[in-house]
Amino acid sequence: MEFGLSSEQRMLQDSVARYLADACPMQHVRDTAAGPQVVSATLKAGLAGLGVPGILIPAEYGGMGLGLLEAALVAEALGHRVAPAHFTGAHVMAPLAIMSGGSAGQQQTWLPRLAKGEATAAVAVTESILSRDGAGVRAKNGRLEGAALFVLDAADAEVIVVADETGRQHLVAADAVGVELIALPTIDRTRSVGELRLSGVAAEPLPGSGPETTRRIVDAGRVMLAADTLGAGAAMIEQAVAYAGQRRQFGRPIGSFQAVKHMCAEMAAALEPSRSLVWYAAHAFDHMPDEAPLMACHAKSHLSEVGRLVARTSTEVHGGMGFTDLAGLHYWFKRIGLDRQLLGGPETVRDEAARLQGWIAA
Amino acid sequence: MDLTYSPEHQAFRQEVLDFLDAHRDAAPKGRGGAQRPSPEAVAWQKLLIEHGYAARTIPKEYGGFGAAPDILKSRIIGEAFTYAGVPPGLQNQGISMLVPTLLELGTEDQKRQWIGPTIRGEVIWCQGYSEPGSGSDLASLQTRAIEDGDDFVINGQKIWTSTAREADMIFCLVRTEPDKAKHDGISYLIFSMETPGIEVRPLVTMTGRAEFNETFFTDVRVPKSQIVGKRGQGWIVANTTLKHERGMLGDPGQLESRFQALVELMRTETAGGAAIMDNPVLRDRLVRLQAEIAAMKFNGLRVLSASANGGEAGLARLVVKLQACELAHQISALGIDALGELGVLYDEAPHLRDHGAWQQNYMFQLGLIIGGGTAQIQKNIIAERGLGMPREPKLAAEGAR
Repeated sequence: MEFGLSSEQRMLQDSVARYLADACPMQHVRDTAAGPQVVSATLKAGLAGLGVPGILIPAEYGGMGLGLLEAALVAEALGHRVAPAHFTGAHVMAPLAIMSGGSAGQQQTWLPRLAKGEATAAVAVTESILSRDGAGVRAKNGRLEGAALFVLDAADAEVIVVADETGRQHLVAADAVGVELIALPTIDRTRSVGELRLSGVAAEPLPGSGPETTRRIVDAGRVMLAADTLGAGAAMIEQAVAYAGQRRQFGRPIGSFQAVKHMCAEMAAALEPSRSLVWYAAHAFDHMPDEAPLMACHAKSHLSEVGRLVARTSTEVHGGMGFTDLAGLHYWFKRIGLDRQLLGGPETVRDEAARLQGWIAA
Repeated sequence: MDLTYSPEHQAFRQEVLDFLDAHRDAAPKGRGGAQRPSPEAVAWQKLLIEHGYAARTIPKEYGGFGAAPDILKSRIIGEAFTYAGVPPGLQNQGISMLVPTLLELGTEDQKRQWIGPTIRGEVIWCQGYSEPGSGSDLASLQTRAIEDGDDFVINGQKIWTSTAREADMIFCLVRTEPDKAKHDGISYLIFSMETPGIEVRPLVTMTGRAEFNETFFTDVRVPKSQIVGKRGQGWIVANTTLKHERGMLGDPGQLESRFQALVELMRTETAGGAAIMDNPVLRDRLVRLQAEIAAMKFNGLRVLSASANGGEAGLARLVVKLQACELAHQISALGIDALGELGVLYDEAPHLRDHGAWQQNYMFQLGLIIGGGTAQIQKNIIAERGLGMPREPKLAAEGAR
């Protein structure tokens, strides 16, 4: 019985965190956000060097073969630095989709390239949760038709994992005839979200895929978004505490005023227990499949709520400065804001959690 | 992460389950509350101590079971009893607060005299800490103990003395050195509630019951030998005890059982012919609470693992009292809202549900948010000790008064 991280897990997280502390300072986030590419080429290469793209991919395909808890630790480190990098779609959900539903040939074709970071995969599964603006993908006579919104890690994708309306997944080459993948600008300039339009595109189904495997990659994605918010939230608390210790008004640090101190305590009191929930949900995904869907819902919805509290409160602790672009705090605020809505906002996810427990008709 | 028990702990768990199978019929009805335990509860406690399921780590020479501390085994016992629906050993302030304090700071005579009878449920204690003028600022307490021959003579007033009416004994903070700075003039005394000059008045709270008391001391004579720790060091002794109280007020196991009762309520109660669970707004609140309880439960496991490894869980531990008390209050709030108008019924009203427990808990838990270190004091502790934020500047010339 040991509820906590192993020394290997700590080392993994430390190594990614140290790399990002060096390679992804505030100025790099700003420069990338101002440039034409959402994803930083520097970070893409650096993270590939650390093995991040292959974190879940088995060693026989050149990956690290680690579990979702390790992936959550990386997601937390990326969120902490608001790293303009792919992760949840490209390095977690897409590899899992191919590992769980792909044929031997598809696995052989894609997993080694994904593990090395040579190819990037996007993920289009949002409509399996809720469809907006009439989006949805239909497979008919071996061809895919329709649109998918909020495609994760869309930028530079060579291949897209697309779930059709039955929950079956397909691989779609981004340069295939009839494929249009456009960027959807969001509040968060550190991650890439796209819209996929398909007209008569030749489908290449993942033969082992179905509603169950789609559900499972959504679970994984939700835990990653929760972990990303955990990291981003922790960074916002650290910045609030540091600022409150330096900023002086009325002749004393504002952090010595209880009004300010209690805001920081409330953030920490909400965030710290949620760390254990993220760990548990990730651990459940790998080792306790019966509990995994519910815990993924809890992690996603709870971190969304805690994230919103922290994002808002930390900004307020910074006073007027928090509202400006100068502090850069808004990158975290927006990152948390995007995490909240992707793969189901908290109300949607809690509704699912109630259904999973038979509290209402499934 | 390893959420399984080792073979040794699995075997221990089996031993506890076998015990419960064999002896559950001997268990008293209901939990051992704060009041004087029934003869059945005392007999049950005796059996539990013999098997090491109560007073487990108290040394044998003081009447305990004498096992080496093993936090996982304590947890296994707690889990098995809760799961079986069998009342655990007695829980009262003497056992949870006085006994650990005596073990750490009492004299050999005090340990021999008091620990055994206390853990067996033969001696009931109350706590004399807070005063009307000294709540969060406990160290400003003014109950005086003046030296007179071999005795201290005590005058003053305590408040929030739960169980004072039932208690045989009190552990009490008094000011013995009025000329010293406020933290340095306090002593920790233990004395009989039968001592002449003690008057106990029930303190009725918003629940309509008198869960607490006010206790008045008029020329109460206590032998000087009945001090725990050194004279003037009562504050240090008291902090030993408070540490144990804060751990006690945040038990995630209780949150889970209250939550299960809430789920049951929402599944079985109907409004306008529809199950409460079919109301999407109330259901959303329910699931939201469930996620928060899960977070507190796993946070508890993290704190437990850290202490089992001799480490410190830092923030994860500091936030427990604040978060768990608030969550308990929110669970009761949803229970009331799920019941709607039925939720305001009280006393012996027709249609009353669960003996009025949802309202009673809702109100009592607000008391728990305030008691044992208010939510605001907890936030100071989290910010200052957990986050390293600057302390409030001290006002000049603040003395013991």
